[in-house]
Amino acid sequence: MLRDITLGQYYPVDSFLHRLDPRTKLFGTLVYIISLFIADHIWAYAAAVLFLAAAIVLSRVPVKFMVRGLKAIVFLLLISVSFNLFLTPGRAIFKIGFLQMTWEGVEIAVFMAVRLIFLVMGSTILTLTTTPNQLTDGLEKSLGIFKKIGAPVHEVSMMMSIALRFIPILIEETDKIMKAQMARGADFESGNLIQKAKAMIPLLVPLFISAFRRATDLAMAMEARCYRGGEGRTKMKPLCYERRDHLTYLFYLFYVIAVLSVKIVL
Amino acid sequence: MGIIKAVNLIFDYIRHDEEENKDEINHALRGVTLDIKEGSFVAILGHNGSGKSTFAKLMNGLLLPSDGTVYISNMKTDDEEHLWDVRKTAGMVFQNPDNQIIGNIVEEDVGFGPENIGTPTEEIWERVDQSLEAVGMTAYRLQSPNKLSGGQKQRVAIAGVMAMRPQCIVLDEPTAMLDPNGRREVIKTIHELNRQERITVLLITHYMEEVIDADRVVVMDDGHVVMDGAPKEIFSRVSELKQYSLDVPQVTELAYELKQAGMELPDGILSIDELADRLAAHKGLL
Repeated sequence: MLRDITLGQYYPVDSFLHRLDPRTKLFGTLVYIISLFIADHIWAYAAAVLFLAAAIVLSRVPVKFMVRGLKAIVFLLLISVSFNLFLTPGRAIFKIGFLQMTWEGVEIAVFMAVRLIFLVMGSTILTLTTTPNQLTDGLEKSLGIFKKIGAPVHEVSMMMSIALRFIPILIEETDKIMKAQMARGADFESGNLIQKAKAMIPLLVPLFISAFRRATDLAMAMEARCYRGGEGRTKMKPLCYERRDHLTYLFYLFYVIAVLSVKIVL
Repeated sequence: MGIIKAVNLIFDYIRHDEEENKDEINHALRGVTLDIKEGSFVAILGHNGSGKSTFAKLMNGLLLPSDGTVYISNMKTDDEEHLWDVRKTAGMVFQNPDNQIIGNIVEEDVGFGPENIGTPTEEIWERVDQSLEAVGMTAYRLQSPNKLSGGQKQRVAIAGVMAMRPQCIVLDEPTAMLDPNGRREVIKTIHELNRQERITVLLITHYMEEVIDADRVVVMDDGHVVMDGAPKEIFSRVSELKQYSLDVPQVTELAYELKQAGMELPDGILSIDELADRLAAHKGLL
């Protein structure tokens, strides 16, 4: 059962967006997020809606999966909307005690909500259409310039992909240790928060020891297979841009021009 | 000179106390000399703490000898310059299948070794295809390693080593954590590689059944090589093996007991069929 968990929320279908180079998608998400923060006019938002709609259609992922991602921010959304509604000074709509709702507040609240929702949906599309591996690959390649100033880009991305590989193994191990401790009378369920946290100690200690042991083993296995960092390493699946990536970048350019011209002209 | 040559190997595990003084010295190997012929299948037997795993790790420079030398196709393992060539020549498979698979997808893991040694992309694919084919895991190439059985994972690990085109493979108790089916699967794969690809195999194990088909069996005890010869020869010395706390295969044990009881049987019977034939011959005589 635990072996079946999928990390991230990758939705496996074959679509234009799925086949896009991860770097293109990462860059697009970045452009989109920045554009949302620049935008302060209805037409700029219209462009953002268009961008998002295009991405949704091209991803061939059912919309309900993207909406699911919004659940996590409902609370945040409510707080930010209510703060903006009641605490923005301006022309009052009505007043309860010291709280007053203003027209300006409504405007800002709506923009804020739209901004947040679009932001989450945009990044959800990225994770829905890109496997964790592709993401780390894409990050490694796009952040390659930072290698020149000595940032350990390859190392970090290798760590990320190893972490991804070991998460299911460690979850399974946690489960095993938990059962073993329960068989010895450990109680993970009852008590208040502090007692529960204390009950975790006999679970965490063996887990950590085993994780370190695995790490030593893995390091040795990697060395035995000639791993010596990113230097002189070739790629089995190198990333290379294709026609669709160039087209997408062109689309980004149009989008940026549209958003910026709205900002400047209107 | 063979592909692997160990000359008078000594290895000590030294534990230091807080002041960096030598606290405890554990002699894992006390002078091992061994010469392994190219293309042969050599099994190293020994109970826990006999030094067999240490010996394995010395074979590709994961550990360097305290004294003595290891030559892998004429390269010294303690020669910094040749370290990567040594590791390319002598691949290594470890005990725990989970802790040696790096990739999130089977084919990516097999490609890990060739990526490290700078193989061009097309050739990596070619090698991955061939290696997966050789261990019979082609059907699983796009799966996550987490969904495979222990035996399958170990075969992927072997494929990962094969993709580096080594001349010999050192397997450090590859079946210790597997069920009987997985064990059979892995041993069969190793034998096929030895026969078909002419890979030299150094199998370290404590399961007697796995060494019956080897060309040569080396028994280690307390850091020394104590017995060395063909399986038939080794297994005919039952009482000696027991002295090193090793068992013999069940059939051999039965034949040994029958012989002790006065039946006329040759030494070193290794297979059920062989014993059955011998017994049938006896019955015919009676």
